[in-house]
Amino acid sequence: MSSSPANPSTRPRRVALFVTCLVDLFRPSVGFAAVKLLEDAGCTVDVPALQVCCGQPAYNSGDRATTRAIALQVIDAFEGYDAVVAPSGSCGGMLSHHYPGLFDDDPASKARAENLAGRSYELMSFLVDVLGVKKVAARYDGAVTYHDSCSGLRELGVKQQPRGLLGSVQGLALNEMKTPEVCCGFGGTFCVKYPEISNAMVAEKTADIAATGAGTLLAGDLGCLMNMAGKLQREGSAVQVRHVAEVLAGMGDLPAIGEPERG
Amino acid sequence: MESTAHAFKSNVGHALADPNLQDSLAKLKVGFSERRRQAAERLPEFEALRDRARDIKNHTLAHLDFYLEEFERKVIALGGKVHWAPTAADARRIIADLCKSVNARTVAKSKSMVAEEIALNEHLEALGIAPVETDLGEYIIQLRNEPPSHIIAPAVHLTKDQVADTFLEHHAKLGFDKRLTERNDLVAEARYVLRQKFLDADVGLTGANFLVAETGSSMLVTNEGNADLSNTLPRMHIVLASIEKVIPTLEDAAVLLRVLARSATGQESSAYTTLNTGPKKREDLDGPEQYHVVLLDNGRSSVLGTEMQEILRCIRCGACMNHCPVYGAVGGHAYGWVYPGPMGAVLTPQLVGVEEASNLPNASTFCGRCESVCPVRIPLPKLMRHWREREFEKHLTPKAVRQGLAMWSFLARRPALYRRLTAVANRVLALFGRADGRYSTLPLAGGWTRFRDFPAPQPGGTFHARWAARRKS
Repeated sequence: MSSSPANPSTRPRRVALFVTCLVDLFRPSVGFAAVKLLEDAGCTVDVPALQVCCGQPAYNSGDRATTRAIALQVIDAFEGYDAVVAPSGSCGGMLSHHYPGLFDDDPASKARAENLAGRSYELMSFLVDVLGVKKVAARYDGAVTYHDSCSGLRELGVKQQPRGLLGSVQGLALNEMKTPEVCCGFGGTFCVKYPEISNAMVAEKTADIAATGAGTLLAGDLGCLMNMAGKLQREGSAVQVRHVAEVLAGMGDLPAIGEPERG
Repeated sequence: MESTAHAFKSNVGHALADPNLQDSLAKLKVGFSERRRQAAERLPEFEALRDRARDIKNHTLAHLDFYLEEFERKVIALGGKVHWAPTAADARRIIADLCKSVNARTVAKSKSMVAEEIALNEHLEALGIAPVETDLGEYIIQLRNEPPSHIIAPAVHLTKDQVADTFLEHHAKLGFDKRLTERNDLVAEARYVLRQKFLDADVGLTGANFLVAETGSSMLVTNEGNADLSNTLPRMHIVLASIEKVIPTLEDAAVLLRVLARSATGQESSAYTTLNTGPKKREDLDGPEQYHVVLLDNGRSSVLGTEMQEILRCIRCGACMNHCPVYGAVGGHAYGWVYPGPMGAVLTPQLVGVEEASNLPNASTFCGRCESVCPVRIPLPKLMRHWREREFEKHLTPKAVRQGLAMWSFLARRPALYRRLTAVANRVLALFGRADGRYSTLPLAGGWTRFRDFPAPQPGGTFHARWAARRKS
């Protein structure tokens, strides 16, 4: 795979989508929404076939050897693209913030990891901070609230970017939670290793969501969204849960997360 | 104190079922973080000060032997004495011997987490010496025979009503037989009871927020002034501090104080900041005749030079626990030992053993809020991950987790096989979830579905299958 020829514009054009395992398996529409947003912004989007997972389950379980093996596989799969974009702050952060530290004792791999890290982005941040997208052509009627997923917010500084883009969606109003920046209790394997604590955390989050009066919950990470959707639905809430990219890409009419197909 | 960190999961169950605790935690979660945020916003150079605070501690840790010896030299020159305690048992013995040397019957203590760490009260009581906690929170939990649940707010797990009941139970014999309901009345009663205890004490024992090498001073901040009575009234003042409390200069102390109170309580500075510099001099009006500093190592020096060294920057402000959603859900007692929350999840395995405390670094979502507020920028999630790596290497990771991980990593490294299997899994799951869009129970996912529904996959195949189909057409 050769790298793209010198681009007259400084904007990265040849973009690889890092789909993430959860989007691949549970909510492909998030991937297609990301592709649409990137293409609308003038990118050519490719989806390297050799990608699986960024390695977080191993990384956060202390299995460094497996993490390194997976990281090398990801580095190979995404070689040569101008940018690598994930519709997830935690997977994006894994590539851009955690990979280089895996190879402190292996300078050659570290250089490759740093090269990938320098080209890797979370979707909202890439659209706004790198491509300079200011508005989208989409409509979504009603009030939404936005949860700041932890890695996106604290590792990558994703906060205003999705809110800015949501501001351009016709018919949409944003009702902020009291504490949108507090963790929802997902935490990858945490939610099944410590289910009682995770439940206490997500119950607090759903109370915060309910207090906004918004009919829709949005966020930029599918893991958090599945956790919050699952809790809201168990509580009998009618709040619809969607990935922010879906709404921005005009795909807000799909059944929400955990909702059945209509008809 | 005896660790129950190994019983973390059952501790959590009790904590979540305790309505008084949950009431108290609800208040803590909002109060501390909001006050810290406002304090940080009011100070334009706050972020720059955090950098300086980190750098000061890093510099000191890199030259810890030098500054400790410098501190000792200064204390000796002032007429005081420094005692080196490699272990908790050494510290207990040194303090007990000092108390015995003045025939002490009561020791007035101001709040010290290091004293909790070495279980000093139990030791003194066994020797017939009565330790009296003089910090209000510590006093309350001493009456209740409970350990602290927070490093700066030891009784934060209790409601006002519980305190009222405790005071009535213990103060009735002193003539206070009316159950009080007002906060100020409770404080006034405790002040009255404690005042006599200060006057009776033979020894005053305090911790230290900082030990200043250039002057030989120990520095202590409180909001109640109890430390000042503890160290001026009795004949002997013992400072108990761990070795990483030393800093080079008063100038450095000024920087650290500016981030400490703001991070802890949102105050610009604590109500009392006291420097103790040696015993009473001839021209002094008051002060102790003897001034002793007990320097505790207890495993800290073995952290130096390792990937965990950064935890020794900790200045014990409590901001990490005040902002931790896990601490906020279960409180401090669930962690099972002296230091709770994120800093405890890193320090406890070091001090009581990773086998005993293996749950603590795992019970985190790595949300990163602790690191984002730490005044000395300790990368707490990274250090917790290091513990998980050590646990994985020592085969302490639970078997189910290891097996699941092994299976998943086998597949994650074989994209073609993974793709075929997930395509099948996706179709099967989507089929069963078609009617409701979600599952209320799911095999092997009981931890999830006990409390939450599990969303079903969208119908139509995995992303990769659909993408490949789209490319072909």
